[in-house]
Amino acid sequence: MPATLFDKVWDSHVVRKIEDGPDVFFIDRHFIHEVTSPVAFLGLESRKLQVMFPEKTFATADHNTPTINQHLPVKDPLSANQLKALETNSAKYGISHWGLGNPKNGIVHVVGPENGITLPGMTIVCGDSHTSTHGAFGAIAFGIGTSEVEMVLSSQCIMQPKPKKMRVQVNGKLGKGVTPKDVTLYIISKLTAAGATGYFVEYAGEVFENMSMEGRMTVCNMSIEMGARGGIIAPDETTFAYIKGREKAPKGEAWDKALAYWKTLKTDADAKFDMEHVYNAADIEPMITYGTNPGMGMGISQHIPLAKAAGGSVASYEKSLDYMGFHEEDAMLGKKVDYVFIGSCTNGRIEDFRAFASIVKGRKKAEHVTAWIVPGSHIVEAQIKEEGILDILTEAGFQLRQPGCSACLAMNDDKVPAGKYAVSTSNRNFEGRQGPGSRTMLASPLVAAAAAVTGVVTDPRVLMAD
Amino acid sequence: MAYDKFTILTSSAVPMPIENVDTDQIIPARFLKATERTGFGDNLFRDWRYNGDGTPKQDFVLNNSIYSGKILVAGRNFGSGSSREHAAWAIYDYGFRCVVSSFFADIFKNNSLNIGILPVQVSPEFLDKIFTAIEADPNAQLEVNLPSQKITILATGESESFDINSYKKLNMTNGYDDIDYLQAMKSEIETFASKSIY
Repeated sequence: MPATLFDKVWDSHVVRKIEDGPDVFFIDRHFIHEVTSPVAFLGLESRKLQVMFPEKTFATADHNTPTINQHLPVKDPLSANQLKALETNSAKYGISHWGLGNPKNGIVHVVGPENGITLPGMTIVCGDSHTSTHGAFGAIAFGIGTSEVEMVLSSQCIMQPKPKKMRVQVNGKLGKGVTPKDVTLYIISKLTAAGATGYFVEYAGEVFENMSMEGRMTVCNMSIEMGARGGIIAPDETTFAYIKGREKAPKGEAWDKALAYWKTLKTDADAKFDMEHVYNAADIEPMITYGTNPGMGMGISQHIPLAKAAGGSVASYEKSLDYMGFHEEDAMLGKKVDYVFIGSCTNGRIEDFRAFASIVKGRKKAEHVTAWIVPGSHIVEAQIKEEGILDILTEAGFQLRQPGCSACLAMNDDKVPAGKYAVSTSNRNFEGRQGPGSRTMLASPLVAAAAAVTGVVTDPRVLMAD
Repeated sequence: MAYDKFTILTSSAVPMPIENVDTDQIIPARFLKATERTGFGDNLFRDWRYNGDGTPKQDFVLNNSIYSGKILVAGRNFGSGSSREHAAWAIYDYGFRCVVSSFFADIFKNNSLNIGILPVQVSPEFLDKIFTAIEADPNAQLEVNLPSQKITILATGESESFDINSYKKLNMTNGYDDIDYLQAMKSEIETFASKSIY
C-alpha cells in the first residue's frame, strides 16, 4: 500500500498497538531541559525507576538562562534551582548535559540539529511544543508533557494515538524579502491557530524543496502554532549535506547505511492524506501579526481585518485587538516599535542573523528601540563573529547577547514592559508572552531588522537593494 | 501520577466563553520555575485574575463568587500553545476535574488525561446551551458521566455524548496511568530497541 513519509516513520516505531487506544510509540531521541523535567525525575524517584536508555537522552539548559554574564552565578534563585536540578539529575542517571558555560550549550532545538543528534527517520520528543522543529530533517518530532517525559525516561516510549495526515504544498518561487518565516505565518493565517489540530503536516512543493535547512526548521517549528502535532519535510540532498560531518552524525560505513535508508523516506506517489492545502508562493508577502495568537497575521502592507470577516467569536477577536491597542482596519506599517527581539528556536540560527545584518548594514539602530539580539547557541554565536556579522551589528549600534530562549517566553530577565510593542522573530504573540502586558508582533528577521533601524513597522523590501 | 478515579461528576460550572485560551494564560511562564508539581492553582489565569499589585480583578470569572464548581466550561480551542503540563496541574490544583469545550488543543488534552482531568469535547451548539443554562442559573448543575460518555444539563435534561478512547477511559475510571502499563512491557521494549538503527 502506498504510504506517506509520516506513515513510514510512525509505523516503524510502534512497539504495540492497543485496540481503540493509543500506540506504544518508541522514541529514538529525547531532549530534556530544566523547566519540564524536574517533576518527571521526582516521579522516577518516587516510583524507584531508572532511566532505561540514558544514551538516547540529551539535556541542555535554555529556558531560564540569562543572556548576559553567563559566567556569573544565576541571580534568580528559582532559575538557579532548576538549572541545578537538571545538572544533578543528568549526572545521577548518566545523561549527557550541556549546561551553562558548556561550549555546546544553547536552545534545545538549535543544538540538536547542529550537533548531528537529529537525524532523518527518527522519532524525537521533548517537553517543549517546538520540538516540531526537528521535522525539518524527515523525523517525527513533537512536544510532550511532563508525565510523558517521565514515561520516556523510564521506558523510552509514550502512549500516543496516531494523528491524521495533512499535506501543505506551496508552489512557485518566493518574492523579494519573503522568508521561510513569512511562509509559515502565511500558512497559519490561512489555517488559523487551530486549523491543523489533530494532524501531522507534511510540507511539500517547490518552495520547501528550495529552502535551506534553517528555513525548513523555522517552518516545522511553527507547525504547532496552527495546532498541528508536528511538521515534516522529506529529507533530500540539502538535508544530507547539512548533516554530513556533524559531530554525532554517522560516519564511514554507518553513514552509507544510514543514507541508503534516508533515501527511502518520502511519500509514495499515490499515498493519501486526510486533508490537503495548496498555496502559491507569489501570493505571500512579508508577514506580520496584529493579534494575540499566531493565526492573526497578515501581509505587512495590508490592514487589520474586520472582526466579522476574521471568523470565530467577535468578542474574542475584539478582546485580542483591545489588548494590542489596535483597531479594525488599522495599517500596521508605521506603527511605533519599542523593542526588537531576534532569536529563539524559530529564528535564532545563523541564516537569521545574516538576514538581519543584510538590512542593518550601513544603517543605525533607531534611538528609541531596545534590541535584543540573541543567538540560538554558542555555535551560532561563533559563526556570527567569524562571518563579520558582529562587526556590522556593532557599527549599527547593536549588542550581541549570549544564547538562550530569552525574550521568546521571558523566563529570564529579558522582558518587554507592559504596554510596550515588540517586533519579535519568536513563535508566539500570546498575551504577556514576552512579559506581563507586553504586546508582540511576530515577523521575520528582515522585518525585525527594518523595525530596528526605522523604529516603526516597515516593509523590509524598501530597504533592500534590488 | 496517581489521581482520583473519575466516574460520574455532578457539579456547577464556571463559564469562560473565550476562544483560543492558550497555556500561557492558564499559567504564565514566570510561574514555571518550581521543581514540584503542586501549588500552581494560586496562579491559575494569573494575569486575567489579578492586577499588577496582586488585588483580584473584579470582572474576571474566577473572582465572581456566584460561579463555582469542579467544571470549567471554555470557548473553542482551549489549551493551545505550549506543552507545559503545568497548565493542567494548575487547573487540577485549583479544584477543577473536568474542562468542557467545543475544541481542545492536542497536547493539552493529552496532558489533562494523563493527570486525571477529563476534557469533554461537545458540539458548538451544545456548548452554547451550557453557557445559556449557566447564564440563567449560575448554580446550574452539569452531570459528566464517564462510563456512559454523556454530559447532561440537569436543569433542562439536555444531553450529548462525548468521545474518549477505551484505553484512556479505563485509566480514568480506575485512576491508573500509562507508566504502570509501560513498565509491564519492558522486555518487549528492550527487544524492539535492540533492532533500532539509532
